[in-house]
Amino acid sequence: MTDAMKKRMFGVAAVMLAVGVLAWLSMSDLGENLVYYWSPTELMAADNARDATVRLGGMVVPGTMKHDTERAHLSFDVTDGETTVRVESEGNPPQMFREGIGVVVEGKLDDDKVFRSEKVMVKHSNEYQKPDGEIDMEQMKKTLAEGEVLR
Amino acid sequence: MISMLGRGLVLAALFFAATGCFAGFWAGSRRNQRAWEWARNSAYGFSASMILANLAMVYALLVRDFSVSYVAEVGSTTTPLWLTIVSLWASLNGSILFWGGILGVYTALTVYSLGDRYREYTPWALHVLMGISIFFAFLVASIANPFAPIANPPLEGPGPNPLLQNHWLMAVHPPMLYLGYVGMSVPFSLICAALLAGRLEAGWMVPVRRWMLVPWMFLSIGIVLGGWWSYAVLGWGGAWAWDPVENASFHPWLTGTAFIHSAMVLQRKGKLRDWTLVLGMSTFLLTLLGTFMTRSGVFNSVHSFTQSDIGPVFLAFIAIVFVYSIVLLALRSHVLDEEARLTDARLGHRGSSLASVLSRDTAILLQNAAFGAFTFMVLLGTVYPLLAEALQDRRISVGEPYFDRFALPLGLMLVFLMGIGPSLPWGRSAPETAMKRLVPSLAVGTLFAVVALVTGYNKPMTVLALFLVGFALWGNLFEFIEPVTQRMRARKEGPGVAAIKVWGKARRRFGGHIAHYGVLCAVFGLAMSKGYRHEQELNLNTGEVAQFLDYEITFAGARDDSETHRISSVARFEVAGLGAFEPKVNTYTSGGRMAGQPIFTPAVHSTPTYDLYFSILQISQDKTNVIVRLIYEPYQVWVWFAAPIIALGTLIALLPPRSSRASSVKPAPVGEGSRS
Repeated sequence: MTDAMKKRMFGVAAVMLAVGVLAWLSMSDLGENLVYYWSPTELMAADNARDATVRLGGMVVPGTMKHDTERAHLSFDVTDGETTVRVESEGNPPQMFREGIGVVVEGKLDDDKVFRSEKVMVKHSNEYQKPDGEIDMEQMKKTLAEGEVLR
Repeated sequence: MISMLGRGLVLAALFFAATGCFAGFWAGSRRNQRAWEWARNSAYGFSASMILANLAMVYALLVRDFSVSYVAEVGSTTTPLWLTIVSLWASLNGSILFWGGILGVYTALTVYSLGDRYREYTPWALHVLMGISIFFAFLVASIANPFAPIANPPLEGPGPNPLLQNHWLMAVHPPMLYLGYVGMSVPFSLICAALLAGRLEAGWMVPVRRWMLVPWMFLSIGIVLGGWWSYAVLGWGGAWAWDPVENASFHPWLTGTAFIHSAMVLQRKGKLRDWTLVLGMSTFLLTLLGTFMTRSGVFNSVHSFTQSDIGPVFLAFIAIVFVYSIVLLALRSHVLDEEARLTDARLGHRGSSLASVLSRDTAILLQNAAFGAFTFMVLLGTVYPLLAEALQDRRISVGEPYFDRFALPLGLMLVFLMGIGPSLPWGRSAPETAMKRLVPSLAVGTLFAVVALVTGYNKPMTVLALFLVGFALWGNLFEFIEPVTQRMRARKEGPGVAAIKVWGKARRRFGGHIAHYGVLCAVFGLAMSKGYRHEQELNLNTGEVAQFLDYEITFAGARDDSETHRISSVARFEVAGLGAFEPKVNTYTSGGRMAGQPIFTPAVHSTPTYDLYFSILQISQDKTNVIVRLIYEPYQVWVWFAAPIIALGTLIALLPPRSSRASSVKPAPVGEGSRS
């Protein structure tokens, strides 16, 4: 083996090692920082529900919203039609927020089965939402899958 | 009528692209003069057709010809003039047409600027560039046809997306990004030309690097403007959230920046050749990936307002370009070796020996490694959710902490290297000389850190960032000023004359230093505004007074403003000593499916040292109560300063060197001569 070849082999080995280390490091980091898109049913069924950061998508159940403007505290129920989860949120809701609308809340499930969130996002439907509070589950699922999130 | 005209022009563009691609191949492989002229004329034909097609569309938009499908999709009789023109890139089909038009402009400029020099390469370059043009002309002619005729044209269209209507930056940010994205096809074509021609002279690296700098500059501006738009509209007071679509524009910027630096090593030393070529080719591939991400709606994000079935076709094109690049590199890069060896033997040129650790070469090598790692990490975090959904049917996203974790150390390391690289000479330097060069930089860095500490900015990361900014600033400034003072002493010239003489002689280098200042501005702005941001939500009734930091804020009341195209709820706040702030929530009457969605216009008071930012969260129905988000961010505007400074530096680097005698001397081939 000539010197040049040795040098080259060494170079290739070094690059591969660097890429390997980088991949391993970033994959483990990635795992810790994943945010899961779950429905209330999926959230309740998940094994790692307690540790995971979740973007919980569902419909705000009409009649369950309480907004304490003094303490900037918001609570409401989110449902996917099968399972309903109580959400407690710090901070004020966005302008579009109202009952019967599709929302995404980012946060974690607490031991008391209440979902604690600091970020409430409204899902925009492609179609105009019926304002009468009727839950159209098919429409909602479509919205959750395809709609756009505004911060 | 315009439908037919536009369609005809697009088909002509497709025809010219096809003949140009073929003729370029013929001219390259057979060295045929007539084929070369044919290829060149076809390229001009493609440019003219595509640009005219764009003008036809702008005309259709202006006269509101709703018999053209795209006008019916985004046009409206109520939109103001500037918005009507901007509507060209309001929606998918128009933006692909616009893309084709920019490709036409780049094609014409490339062919014109290369002229009759570099005849070994230019036919091949046109072959590849026209090959790319075939794809885009095909898109505009088929699945993304904006000129489809509408039999029973409506009298009124929905109008463009409200996000576009809401802020003038949307008239500037997308074209800048497109100029960046599309332009990357030129360096890609030039690199492929070297591989196809089987030779790579240092002389050919000159146009390759220059044609990388042009789109790189636009990409840099586009990214900064995108951040500014996010800041000015989205209401959360930030510029960057590692959103997949933001990342999409960041990938090619990272590899492009790495390329600009490694190309210097290649031109000067003949080292890092294959790596540099890979960087250049990846940059183009990443712009394609970025377009796919933004334009196919694979991500749910604020940008994905253009969902369509164009995704699969684009993905197929990316795959083709990817395979083509790899095959080309695998089959042809060793030919460059042989060519280099032969010429080395002829000229008696020998590859320079390995540089010592303390050199600019090493700094650039490390910089390239850091940029490579940076690209890999961002790409992984961006693409991972797509793969997880495609392969495992899991819907996930990657949180911001993942990106912040590596972006901070890697970014700071790059600032550090930015201070070292320009200070050290090429090749090698004795440790004493290196120290002599770096000690003043360290001193200035320390000064910055001390000033930060004394003025109360004492968070460790901010202090470290400011130290590095000072360190890098001095390294670049010294290299900028020292030659001038030397000349002043040697020639007894005044500072003005000496500066013009010195800077004019090595514009590329000094332009690079100026671009570095731009980056340092952004780093400074980010470190301060992110580190010392204060945010508070206030709930106020009319007439109520509240305190935010040192500011006394009165909610003076809210009202509705009605304009032809929108209704705005305006809240008025009076801040003692600063005057009135009027953040708005706008609802647009036009804009298709996005009409009726609230879009924000925060009120921002910008000064060189701080921004005060008001964004409405909620206004009650009776307008007596408002929830407002207040943000204080020190030195935020410095981030935006980066764009014009980087652009200025790049333009100076792009000016042709004053003495063009160099072009008449045939430069030595690039390649590792010592390889055996």
